[in-house]
Amino acid sequence: MSVLVSKDTKVLVQGMGKTGRFHTDKAIAYGTRMVGAVHPSRAGQTENFTGDTDHSGVQGRADTYDLDVPIFRTVTEAIDVTGATVSVVYVPPPFAADAIMEAADAGLELVICITEGIPVSDMVSAKQYLAGKGARLVGPNCPGVITPQECKIGIMPGYIHTPGRIGVVSRSGTLTYEAVFQLTNNGLGQTTAIGIGGDPVNGTNFVDCLALFNDDPETEGVIMIGEIGGTAEEEACEWIKANMTKPVAGFIAGTTAPPGKRMGHAGAIISGGKGTAGDKIAAMEAAGVVVAPTPTDMGAAMLQALAI
Amino acid sequence: MKIHEYQAKELMKARGIAVPMGAMATTVEDAVAAVRPLIEGSGNPVVVVKSQIHAGGRGKGRFKEHPELGGVTVVLDGIKGGIEAAEAKVRELAGKMLGSTLVTIQTGPEGKQVNRLYVEQGIDIATELYVSVVLDRSSSRNIVMVSTEGGTEIEEVAEQTPEKILKEEITPGFGLLPFQARAIAYGLGLEGAAFKNGVKFMHSLADAAVELDTDMIEINPLVVTTDGTVMALDGKMSFESNALFRHPDVEEMRDDSEEDPAELEASGYDLSFIKLDGSIGCMVNGAGLAMATMDIIKYVGGEPANFLDVGGGATAEKVTAAFKIITRDPSVKGIFINIFGGIMQCDTIAEGVVTAVKEVGLDVPLVVRLEGTNVELGKQIINESGLGVVSAEDMKDGAQKIVELTR
Repeated sequence: MSVLVSKDTKVLVQGMGKTGRFHTDKAIAYGTRMVGAVHPSRAGQTENFTGDTDHSGVQGRADTYDLDVPIFRTVTEAIDVTGATVSVVYVPPPFAADAIMEAADAGLELVICITEGIPVSDMVSAKQYLAGKGARLVGPNCPGVITPQECKIGIMPGYIHTPGRIGVVSRSGTLTYEAVFQLTNNGLGQTTAIGIGGDPVNGTNFVDCLALFNDDPETEGVIMIGEIGGTAEEEACEWIKANMTKPVAGFIAGTTAPPGKRMGHAGAIISGGKGTAGDKIAAMEAAGVVVAPTPTDMGAAMLQALAI
Repeated sequence: MKIHEYQAKELMKARGIAVPMGAMATTVEDAVAAVRPLIEGSGNPVVVVKSQIHAGGRGKGRFKEHPELGGVTVVLDGIKGGIEAAEAKVRELAGKMLGSTLVTIQTGPEGKQVNRLYVEQGIDIATELYVSVVLDRSSSRNIVMVSTEGGTEIEEVAEQTPEKILKEEITPGFGLLPFQARAIAYGLGLEGAAFKNGVKFMHSLADAAVELDTDMIEINPLVVTTDGTVMALDGKMSFESNALFRHPDVEEMRDDSEEDPAELEASGYDLSFIKLDGSIGCMVNGAGLAMATMDIIKYVGGEPANFLDVGGGATAEKVTAAFKIITRDPSVKGIFINIFGGIMQCDTIAEGVVTAVKEVGLDVPLVVRLEGTNVELGKQIINESGLGVVSAEDMKDGAQKIVELTR
């Protein structure tokens, strides 16, 4: 078991430009079932992928791959032909919100948006639009979602992951990699790792992911990685107190961040005295989360939370 | 991106939002020349001279060179002495303010040089209120937030008298609805002409926020004049940088002299850089990891000199530029490079670092922590370069080593 994606997940790519192509290739090498692409100006063509298999991914495959991915005009057409249920969005920022809404309208279950730099107002509208649809959005501005050795959707390096017992949810890409790698090295491994993204308006939030992991029988504990800005971590901690049955370890980045400065991510800003690391760490501790003092200690904090 | 008050008022005025008459001046002569048309046009003998810098607290701020002088000064000389007296006073003030350094609670002790003034008509104020339009992250919507406590920092109001703050959500596609604008006007205690004007003001403001993709609009104080006009006496606006491509007219309002030169240069290379007060320079890939690197340096007893995210797709050229920006800072006593290569490959970083060190030299200790894609190749490039670079096992090890080496 895992959450959101598994070895049976059929994935569409929205935006088969340079970035989309690069990561589609890596995903195919990992063994993800990339079944089609949507790119209006290139519809009717196919995109060919060949290379050496990434053996850290899905097991039991040949050493090389050679795959033609068909390109469609619309998400609806792509679904009709391929039966895909999930899409990954690499569409450039000015058009990405439209791509998300198209995916939702076409009936996909899950839309994972990697694109960084989408205007906040576009996401405000997209989120309103999504409220009436069945699709779940992950991101934008996130590394994606991976279930080790089953399905890799996004830009994370596959080989640092290993199948295991811990769910990972994070606002930061590279800090997700830190956590994942520590879990691989200390033998706990991951069920699924979810990057929810660093933007102020995003789809799936901490609470959604915690709930998914709480209900997943294979997940034994969760690492939650937050950062300054907003109050999503505090809200998650309230949820943990009331509902979480599994141990949680956590880390918050930005203890030393000065107020009023946007720390890279659009959402990582302390404004009006709100969203400080101190507040978030206090909320985590009050909810019984084992807080890692530094990112190097995230794996150890998880071990401690599991009382191993 | 921030803009000046006078620019914000220009944008508001163009959208039917009432603002006082005023004129921007970069010279003493321009400031003096603004006085007569303002007094004649408004019929009010009072003018106000306002420093234009990208920081709040200007009214209570003081000039380094003229400690008796505030950043915003009301000129009353015209009441008794007529236009000539007002002009003479503005001449004296502008002479002192232009080119001087204004220190406010938001500028830090070093202050900011005032290069632009805004000369504005006097207003007969009946009531001072507060309004802002900001993103509410919990509801993923913009909200209009008002309070009757004009002139007071909203954070203070939120803490001490939260019941005095009223919020209404702007629904995408619908905007601020009429009943919401009325609720706000009632909440502010507006009556008669002021009520009508207030409702119109809130609609125009909400529309402006949506149309301009503002990050924040804050008007403090929003005033009701003695004749019932509802007017933006101050105006703070900032814009969401991701949406600036849609607003070239706003982009043109950027004032580079208000930005930190190193941060500006970094943005030219698509690097996210923020100058801090410490002595250990950092170069990291990923915003979260970059923040966490600052944190861990502090945790082991050091002080970070900067936040620097080279991003996911950094090239050797970008790394070299980043390295130069860090080493140019004289307060940097050591450098910590922390890379978890996913898309960014360790050998690319290593090559960039080696090139940069050879080009600009290295006078301070350098600790490099590499992990991720092509890590062995990256380490090999660093080790075989013959440069005095210290390798680290993990993030904490690297932070400890650089703090140790700079003691």
